[in-house]
Amino acid sequence: MAASSAPAAPKDNREKMLERAMSRHQYSGAALIEVLHTAQELFGYLSPVLLKTIARKLKLPPSRVLGVATFYHFFSLKPKGEHTFVVCIGTACYVAGGFGLVEKLEHRCAKAGHTTEDGKVSVETARCIGSCGLAPAVIYDGSVLARVTPATLDTELNKIGVR
Amino acid sequence: MTAEELREKQSEELARQQSLKNRILCCTAAGCISCGAGGLRQALAAQVEAKGLSGKVEVCGTGCMGLCSRGPLVLDTAGERLYGNAAAADAPAIVAGSAADDPKLAGRSIDLQTPFFTRQNKIVLANSGRVDPEKLADYIAAGGYQSLAKALEDMTPREVIDEVRKSGLRGRGGAGYPTGLKWDLVAKQAAPTKYVVCNADEGDPGAFMDRSVLEGDPHRVLEGMAIAGYAVGAQQGYIYVRGEYGLAIQRLQNAIKQAEREHLLGSRILEQGFQFRIDLRIGAGAFVCGEETALIASIEGKRGQPRQRPPYPPASGLWGTPTLINNVETFANIAPIIEKGGGWFASIGTANSKGTKVFALAGKIANTGLIEVPMGMSLREILFDIGGGIPDRKFKAAQTGGPSGGCIPEQFLDTPVDYESLSKIGSIMGSGGLIVMDDTSCMVDVARFFMEFCMDESCGKCIPCRAGTVQMHDILRRITTGEGSPADLEMLKSLAALLRETSLCGLGQTAPNPVVSTLKYFPEEYDAHIRERRCPAGHCQFTPADQEVPA
Repeated sequence: MAASSAPAAPKDNREKMLERAMSRHQYSGAALIEVLHTAQELFGYLSPVLLKTIARKLKLPPSRVLGVATFYHFFSLKPKGEHTFVVCIGTACYVAGGFGLVEKLEHRCAKAGHTTEDGKVSVETARCIGSCGLAPAVIYDGSVLARVTPATLDTELNKIGVR
Repeated sequence: MTAEELREKQSEELARQQSLKNRILCCTAAGCISCGAGGLRQALAAQVEAKGLSGKVEVCGTGCMGLCSRGPLVLDTAGERLYGNAAAADAPAIVAGSAADDPKLAGRSIDLQTPFFTRQNKIVLANSGRVDPEKLADYIAAGGYQSLAKALEDMTPREVIDEVRKSGLRGRGGAGYPTGLKWDLVAKQAAPTKYVVCNADEGDPGAFMDRSVLEGDPHRVLEGMAIAGYAVGAQQGYIYVRGEYGLAIQRLQNAIKQAEREHLLGSRILEQGFQFRIDLRIGAGAFVCGEETALIASIEGKRGQPRQRPPYPPASGLWGTPTLINNVETFANIAPIIEKGGGWFASIGTANSKGTKVFALAGKIANTGLIEVPMGMSLREILFDIGGGIPDRKFKAAQTGGPSGGCIPEQFLDTPVDYESLSKIGSIMGSGGLIVMDDTSCMVDVARFFMEFCMDESCGKCIPCRAGTVQMHDILRRITTGEGSPADLEMLKSLAALLRETSLCGLGQTAPNPVVSTLKYFPEEYDAHIRERRCPAGHCQFTPADQEVPA
């Protein structure tokens, strides 16, 4: 479920794969969340066109599809940056200083929930990733960094050339 | 596979394991993997190969070994030696069995006779850190699926339910509803279709018990669900697991496939004429989906919004049919109860809280990680004996139950941990997150933090929760920035009562708990913020900064 990683499949194949996922669920409206998961995995985010296609194929009102897609935090309606930092702000990470990491990223990149203008870095927060023993934790492009300090983030940001 | 073949397979695998010189177990739970356990495991396997020890020494990945703060962890079964903070470079010494004597690796060796290990009682976590969660044979060797075989061969569904009732097991998701009673309610419904649902939507921030059980021993949960399906008359189960738990999802998918292949799940379970399928449903990041009616809506592909109860899910749940919903840890307790009997389970714990409880220790504590203790152990023993105490600073509060729970101050450290005692002091057992705070944590800000969480996670269906959490958060934000007034405290109290009594579901009803408990036990901190514009913990920054705040 590495939602943050960029889709690897070539473009034309992705539509076929989404179609296959829907047919596996017999185009049932009850499988909407599964289908949205697959769509986001394939395309990186849920565009308006994509949502409309899914609504048509599953025979659901577009409002219902948009309603579900916006209800759950996991689904993103905007494209992600090249790199994604997800800062955990669960209780253990909060106690260990997770918000200091959010501040660092907001200072150097973009506000939480947003992507830098050049599309390089997305900054997000998560409600506990369950790695509380490693607090404060950050998921950087799908892998968990443990006991992160603002200095660790500086190093990583410098590596990918964020000014 | 028949029950007979299952037993044969167990003896075969046990004999194979005993023929080995030793097994080197490498913790590959999410925690250890993020500190490099993957490379370590490969290095260990390569070292075994290089030394020509294949067939004599086996390197296995396992679930969580518990002491996450010392990860990556490696256990050598020869002499039961545990190593912490192990790195790939240590592989030669570990494989040679000389790591404990190597001066360069001093400090890697962990004493298994310390209270962290000796004071625990592992039932749910018995296999975690011992079996390879990706190998069915390993689980079978540890006695896996024998309870399912016993239930199907020797027990009627009624007898299974009676055994669970006798055990006194209560729901481990937090509310503590008697499990046997719930099973009985579902079993009594005369409906052609029923469902068993495992709630693995572990949303409390600071809790990772269920994730560790799913990652470390997925078959145990599947077995518990199949036994439940047999007892209540269901043929289909769903596991609703958080989308954030990638590794748990992957291991569950693998475990389901393995179990189906061997007829331990599916249409011909152990050739006993019982069928039960399990499918995964992946959550999409909504805390409210831990509430059972919201969870059902989410499985049905809708927005995860709760509905009025009754009817409760045992009468009308998934697609309007009787549905049994239990938490991961509850299901993980079932196989041992069927194996050893309800009486055995009831002999552990206190009068009204039987068995053990898994806790995730986190925050300002020396030994962070996963522990399992008998019900009724005091908080002091858990935090100071097992947890190793608070490094450098002074204990201030322990937070249990996440955003629905409360903060427990020092004077209640001797409270036994069971459902009733914790609710008496204004907290709840919750699902098992236990976060320790020292004197650098500001309790007003902690209350604000949890209220912000509830505000974000409120589904918006009922007004008390949707609007009330926003109002309460706004007041708390004002207080933590030095703009609070004494009247705010009265307003907080009255809003808390309103939310508690009029919200539709548990989220809104319990959202005021952290505020109420901090107001009760730390009133002086609220006072200092409001009257003196001072944060005793030195955490809050007041605007404008006209006050010297020590760092």
